[in-house]
Amino acid sequence: MKIAFTINGSSQTVDIEDGNTPLLWVIRDILDLKGTKFGCGKAACGACTIMVEGEEVRSCSYAVKFAEGKKITTIEGLGTPENPHPVQQAWIEEVVPQCGYCQPGFMMATAALLEKVPNPTDDDIDQNIINVCRCATYYRMRKAIHRAAEIKNNSNS
Amino acid sequence: MKKASIVYVIPILLVTGILLASNLKAPTAYIPVSSNEAVKKGASDENYNKMMDVLVSPRCINCHPNDNIPKQGDDGHPHYFGMSRGENNLGYQATKCTTCHQSENNDYSGVPGAPEWSLAPASMMWEGLSRKEIAESMLDPERNGGRNHEELMHHLTEHELVLWAWEPGVRADGTPRKLPPVPLDEYISAVKQWFEDGAVIPAE
Repeated sequence: MKIAFTINGSSQTVDIEDGNTPLLWVIRDILDLKGTKFGCGKAACGACTIMVEGEEVRSCSYAVKFAEGKKITTIEGLGTPENPHPVQQAWIEEVVPQCGYCQPGFMMATAALLEKVPNPTDDDIDQNIINVCRCATYYRMRKAIHRAAEIKNNSNS
Repeated sequence: MKKASIVYVIPILLVTGILLASNLKAPTAYIPVSSNEAVKKGASDENYNKMMDVLVSPRCINCHPNDNIPKQGDDGHPHYFGMSRGENNLGYQATKCTTCHQSENNDYSGVPGAPEWSLAPASMMWEGLSRKEIAESMLDPERNGGRNHEELMHHLTEHELVLWAWEPGVRADGTPRKLPPVPLDEYISAVKQWFEDGAVIPAE
């Protein structure tokens, strides 16, 4: 079956036998966008987090057939080295990553959160950012999330 | 004078005692149940029991929590990752039920899904209640979303999220989730008949 969608601003059509194939596999193995990571494969760790129509989604449990006609954003589409997204800028400033494997998922979850809650409290962060980091960079991430909100709000004012 | 009083009092007490004793042995208010009514009541109770066997199973009760925290698995453990009801039964502002749960089961990841995946409203909390209390809650328009019997019957037998219980998909390790203890067709028939018979909740 053919499935057409927009990913990071580019139109794509994939021809795939099983429409239930996780979107994560299509993103990584067919579209060769390796920023989105495979972690647990059961929507538990959040390493595969992307945005579909601006909503946070675990791409390992999202069948590619549901992507038909949708706008998808992965970490590669969040910003550029010249013009980083506030979340990317904050992550750089706070030197958040350690091994870095889970970080794209955290950054996508944070970007989605800031669209819904421009000034998240610590409780908002605890409730919404539930990904898993084996290096335990949570403390630096919390600081970076607050910093990202600041950068984003300043750029909007 | 004293002797004369005793002569009157003793027979009165005896007669009163006999009357009381005869009332206890043969209550005049007793109305025998006809055999047809007894059979009907038995069938209604059986339908009720089939319906309740399903409603108290993990596939149903896990999404009717008493603490705003969805439950998972056959052991009803709290949903991992600190997920909770949120303001509209759909999770938090950005991380929602639909972050992971889509409109169908995903057998690759073992994540269950169905249309309108959400918690039942807080007024419909069943976890920890007895079967009778759950049935009373279900029939109470103040707690059941204002549904009448007809609407409840349709909800219980046609709503896709309810029917998901019989197609719950597989776990992450590929093993199938446990089904409710009553087959779907038997459950639907029992629910419809129980409502047709007046939705009588038997005493516990």
